[in-house]
Amino acid sequence: MKRKNKKAFHGIFNVAFCGLVYLFLFLPISVIVVNSFNATTSKPYLSWKGFTFDWYVELWSNTSLLSAFGNTMIIALVSTILATIIGTLGAVGMYKYKFKGKGILNSLLYIPVVIPEIVLGISLLTIFSNVNIPRGMLTLILSHVTFCVPFVIFNVRARLDGYDNSIEEASMDLGANRIVTFFQVTLPVLAPGIGGGALLAFTLSIDDVIISYFVNGQTKTYPLKVMESIKSGVSPDVNALSTIILIGTIVLVVLTQSNLLKKKKEE
Amino acid sequence: MGNIVEIEGVNKIYGTNHVVKDLNLTVEEGEFLTLLGSSGCGKTTTLRMIAGFEEPTTGSIKVEGESIEEKEPFERNVNTVFQSYALFPHKTIYDNIAYGLKMKKVPKNEIKERVTEMMSLVQLEGFEKRYPSQLSGGQKQRVAIARALINRPRVLLLDEPLGALDLKLRKQMQLELKRLQKKLNITFIYVTHDQEEALTMSDRIAIMHDGVLDQLGTPTEIYESPATKFVATFIGETNIFDGTVSFVQDDQVQVMIENGFISGKGTNFKFGEYMTVSVRPEKMKYSDAPVDGFGITAVVKDYVYVGSVIKCIVSLPNGNELKIERLAGQKLPEIGSHIYPYWNIEDAVLIHSKENSIFEALDSIVLA
Amino acid sequence: MEKKHSSHQFRSNTLPALVMVGPVALLLVLLVAVPLVYVAVMSFCTTDEYYNVVFKFSLANYGKLLSPDYIKIYGQSILIAFITTLLCILIAYPFSYIIARTKSKRKQLFYMLVIIPFWTNSLIRVYGWRTFLGTNGWLNNALQALHITTEPLDFLYNQGTTVLGMVYCLIPFMILPLYTAIEKLDGSLLEASSDLGAKPVKTFFEVILPLTASGIFSGSIMVFIPCLGYFFVSNILGGGNSDVIGNLIERQFKSGNNWPLGAALSIILILVTLLLVKIYKKLGGDMDSLGV
Repeated sequence: MKRKNKKAFHGIFNVAFCGLVYLFLFLPISVIVVNSFNATTSKPYLSWKGFTFDWYVELWSNTSLLSAFGNTMIIALVSTILATIIGTLGAVGMYKYKFKGKGILNSLLYIPVVIPEIVLGISLLTIFSNVNIPRGMLTLILSHVTFCVPFVIFNVRARLDGYDNSIEEASMDLGANRIVTFFQVTLPVLAPGIGGGALLAFTLSIDDVIISYFVNGQTKTYPLKVMESIKSGVSPDVNALSTIILIGTIVLVVLTQSNLLKKKKEE
Repeated sequence: MGNIVEIEGVNKIYGTNHVVKDLNLTVEEGEFLTLLGSSGCGKTTTLRMIAGFEEPTTGSIKVEGESIEEKEPFERNVNTVFQSYALFPHKTIYDNIAYGLKMKKVPKNEIKERVTEMMSLVQLEGFEKRYPSQLSGGQKQRVAIARALINRPRVLLLDEPLGALDLKLRKQMQLELKRLQKKLNITFIYVTHDQEEALTMSDRIAIMHDGVLDQLGTPTEIYESPATKFVATFIGETNIFDGTVSFVQDDQVQVMIENGFISGKGTNFKFGEYMTVSVRPEKMKYSDAPVDGFGITAVVKDYVYVGSVIKCIVSLPNGNELKIERLAGQKLPEIGSHIYPYWNIEDAVLIHSKENSIFEALDSIVLA
Repeated sequence: MEKKHSSHQFRSNTLPALVMVGPVALLLVLLVAVPLVYVAVMSFCTTDEYYNVVFKFSLANYGKLLSPDYIKIYGQSILIAFITTLLCILIAYPFSYIIARTKSKRKQLFYMLVIIPFWTNSLIRVYGWRTFLGTNGWLNNALQALHITTEPLDFLYNQGTTVLGMVYCLIPFMILPLYTAIEKLDGSLLEASSDLGAKPVKTFFEVILPLTASGIFSGSIMVFIPCLGYFFVSNILGGGNSDVIGNLIERQFKSGNNWPLGAALSIILILVTLLLVKIYKKLGGDMDSLGV
């Protein structure tokens, strides 16, 4: 059948094309994973000298790398929580209330999203140095909150677009005050948007190099540590840590996905 | 009139889902044929196979005697009016209607002429430069029809085209569609789940149920002599009695039902056969004394006034309700009184059951 | 009585509005608006011999921006961004189309597979390319092992590898909006087009492309603009001869220590961003879709 052949050909082409794209996306990652098992000890750690778990052991004694990773996690967690709270409140507030300067606020919101990160990074650096805030954890967290908040707001806002105002009125009609209504009605309905925004904020925060690079002071984050090590060749224990992180996130994704699937099935 | 569409032995299977089962159907040139059935009965799939959006798993579809399985939708001389209208949101009404002609590379001035003519035919003059989002549901509907008709298709396929309109507009569009079809003399294959719509518009109706073509006939045939229990209940209101044949003499059949016995006329019924009797409410009668051939009693429960007719709801001893229809103003029995329902035996429709007759069932038990 | 009622209304709306919007407003004003204004001001300043910023009006930095060396890099940067954006569209469009319109049950998985790589640090992934392509890298080793080449080839440290790294880092920002736009596309429109006699190519240009253009626009914004600033990609893969504007700024703020000049260079990026956003909006782009 001619028509069926054509369809089969399309099918093969589609699979091949997507396969190539996935290969492109995963190739460097496979390099990282493989090199984390590379027994070589000579810089720049490129040639293959056999399989070893040594780097995973070595990793535990590399305190500066581990503490940088710890910093990254602390910064990501704290800024995600702050950005999610500030962003959710802001999105709901901007949706519900009219106030002066709303238009300006709205435009300000787009700046961290569209402007090159380096511009945001250097502008934060100049202002922090001008008002003499010591650069470190505090400035890192403030900066991360700044570029994460708009993403939370957009995600929550997308959810608010389909939001039925009357459910809040119904809640108040049934005797709940504003605060109870917010926690009992508004928040649960917006939860998927908030969750999506928080996840995005977390992802952006742990991966951020450019902005952190300008506002970190002496504090090192994991990406900055990587940046430092690139000059001399990334040592395999960095690869080992990256591999652990990668596997951790994949496990997390698989768990949440299968949980979601289960929930869907139950429904 | 010749056959324009011939569907032979078509099956459509999605995975384990058998959507269309061994369908045979011929559509005559110039007729208005409706595929009627409830959702999931395979009517839309059938339409989509004619249009070319789906391929039959087995069987063949011919248009004008030519097999079309190998043709892509854009190579087929049929056009579709979509349920959702599927108007191109980024194109003006003019460009939407002109789309098919543009694809055929018709000269620009001819396109203009034909679009203008088509727009006046569907009463859309002056809407050329608007976009679909600026139109009402009824207007979008007209655009969708115009966009398909302008290509002068041999067959126009319509997939529940009036489903999204309100009742009044729907009634109006039904008449308009019928008028257009007669005027242009194009074959229409129309899919709907609305039996009233099917009865008003169609030359013939094909009733589908669970992927099977239950009956094909004119609206009168379908209404007056439904071939299956499903058709009887799906088209119009009716009273259904399930029972077994207890006595046959010539074409007179007596049927044993749960609460007694009833009579009707039919051929090929055997003693003991499991079957169904359908009687339309307007054919129902009642008496205050038993009637020959009938052995059922009922209690009058309620009256419902529907315009010029009154529906009398009566209840059989087992709780099943019957509807008896009377013109308003006629004398009616009091609520709570006992009556003896009956009918002229030629007014009952006797339907063979798809299930095994009791004999066959007994046979199989004995054999086992 | 009525007055009391209205004052109650006033209070009940202002307080919650302030509580909810206040924090975000404070954050955006203090950490976005003020710093940017400050950078703009600084761009008109000079430095003393110890590289301290001197607040004295001067156009000297803007004069330096016009030096031929810099202008060459702007051109190069814009070219790299342009080619990167184009490649992202050419790869991401068919890819997104296939995964957004697949009927497979694993659609969700296909989507997640695009995102998973981006939970590994981007620097180290770009470095992975260096490992792969280097003179002693996987590709060269493989080529030599297969006797296709005898000497290691120089893949690295040119504009091509910089573009590769940029495409690699930024392609999800093209895939995600395209995926969203293509998934929203109503399938019956494609059927209608085919039904009306349009061949697949015609359907693509007449229906699919115009209706998914919004995804291309927002994707292009999200790829092109960062591309001008991603200094680390050209640092790792470009080997110094494929600098982008971001490299110039970075140098002034780190090793060069001439902040006012760096600020002036940033103004270029701000202006380019404003211009592109303006074009984007003119094309009917939705700002919110840039962040979701």
